[in-house]
Amino acid sequence: MEAHAAAGIELSGLTKTFRGPNGPIHAVRSVDVEIRHGETVALLGPNGAGKSTTIDMLLGLLPPDDGTVSVFGRTPREAIAAGAVGAMLQTGELIRDLSVRELLEMMASLFPSPLVVDDVLELTGIADVADQRTQKLSGGQTQRVRFAIALASDPELLVLDEPTVAMDVEGRRGFWQSMRELTSRGKTILFATHYMEEADANADRAVLMAHGRIVADGPTTEIKGMVGSRTIRATLPGVEVAALEALPGVAGADRRGEAVSLNCSDSDAAIRALVQHYPDARDIEISGAGLEQAFLQLTSEPEGVAVAG
Amino acid sequence: MSGAGLTYTRFELLRIVRNRRFFILALVFPVVLYFLIAGPNHDVKSLGDTGISAPLYYMVGLISFGTMSAMLSSGARIATERSVGWNRQLRITPLSARAYFRAKVVTAYLVAGLTIVVLYVCGATLGVSLPAGRWLAMTGLLLIGLIPFAALGIAMGHVLTADSVGPAIGGGVGLLAFLGGTWFPITSGALHGIAQALPSYWLVQASHIALGGSAWGVTGWLVMAGWTVVLGTLAVLAFRRDTKRV
Repeated sequence: MEAHAAAGIELSGLTKTFRGPNGPIHAVRSVDVEIRHGETVALLGPNGAGKSTTIDMLLGLLPPDDGTVSVFGRTPREAIAAGAVGAMLQTGELIRDLSVRELLEMMASLFPSPLVVDDVLELTGIADVADQRTQKLSGGQTQRVRFAIALASDPELLVLDEPTVAMDVEGRRGFWQSMRELTSRGKTILFATHYMEEADANADRAVLMAHGRIVADGPTTEIKGMVGSRTIRATLPGVEVAALEALPGVAGADRRGEAVSLNCSDSDAAIRALVQHYPDARDIEISGAGLEQAFLQLTSEPEGVAVAG
Repeated sequence: MSGAGLTYTRFELLRIVRNRRFFILALVFPVVLYFLIAGPNHDVKSLGDTGISAPLYYMVGLISFGTMSAMLSSGARIATERSVGWNRQLRITPLSARAYFRAKVVTAYLVAGLTIVVLYVCGATLGVSLPAGRWLAMTGLLLIGLIPFAALGIAMGHVLTADSVGPAIGGGVGLLAFLGGTWFPITSGALHGIAQALPSYWLVQASHIALGGSAWGVTGWLVMAGWTVVLGTLAVLAFRRDTKRV
């Protein structure tokens, strides 16, 4: 058991291709990720990046076309049988005609050493609806029950696929609070999200996926820096792109007719230099890059950029 | 893990009992039908020239019909669970295929068993009375005769969608019951030959032990064993295709 506990999660060369109406869909292309025991990792990426497919393969729900999955030194199936993995899938409703408590008891009974149901109810904040039938729950309560089911086996690894998507602000706050409790207990957590802010607030490390590939992997602060670049747009005829790129804080520049677009690593330095050197610049806009755009940037780089983490 | 499997079965049963709509349909429907048909004829001591009283004849007919429906209803439950993605949720638990099948088959049998008991009681109220040995022999052979239907229910549940499984079960049971001779015996012609190849025919034969009929001969056992193997294989394949485990 000790040797297994030391090993973490290893995805190696994971590949999955689906048959689409217009040809093959390369959902996951040779993904390599290692997650150490006790880490909290955000799997970040826009919709269609391949996050859910990767998670399905991690959980043994989908056989990979190539590559391997190792969960604490075992196959997904072995890890699940040992109660080492709990997951909250992206979609799925609860079966009806059981109370929340009964449903949790039923699920807990399937595992070798589950948590006490009352503890799970407390941890996930659903003790007040414990005796309600599942079909009577609100959307947010249903999500919390699904979270409780994931916790029932007392897993070492928690996998959450877009866990807060159906939750309101209150629910989200409560959810991440429970997660912090779990992190302090040494759980390994992997959650998929398409919100940079959520990854930033709750994970030590972010793995960026786009078009089935990992384009970046490192501490959340560094990823945020890559993703959080801002763009300055202005109408400024007559200045060469090279001159604009030489401005401090400017990573790259484009010209389209009279308009220029500056991709900035430090937009504050860039805007100061711009208005100082080129006071003719007008219709100036500064905007955040947003995740989608950032991914386009990152995926146009050759082979993606890996940040040592 | 066998203890865990039983807990799962227990909760499955709880869910079925609490699903009032289903329970009412499964039990009330045959009872109402029975009293509608056999009630007005309750003093008919000999149906046609069979020598069998109407209440007895219709009781056994509805038992075949009701138990067939009960077994196939597991398919309806499975299809519904699949439609809400519950089967995926189960795949990330240690619930073995065996424990899963056990829960589905045991609960289907309990509903079928209840159907039988309820209809016996209804028959008794209309004066049906049989020697104890015959009750037992009939019940025993009926329960065996339902095995292929247990498999069929599971197969249907894993192949059909939640929308189509209802009509499929309704139509299927209707056809099988008719060809099996639930409502009236099919004794001649090509249809008789076809009917004898169907599992419902032999289920009805089992129920006719109450009417003085005999237990299955070799043909009956062979046909039922064959169907059990075929439908059982289909059920396992459908389940595996639906739950590709890695």
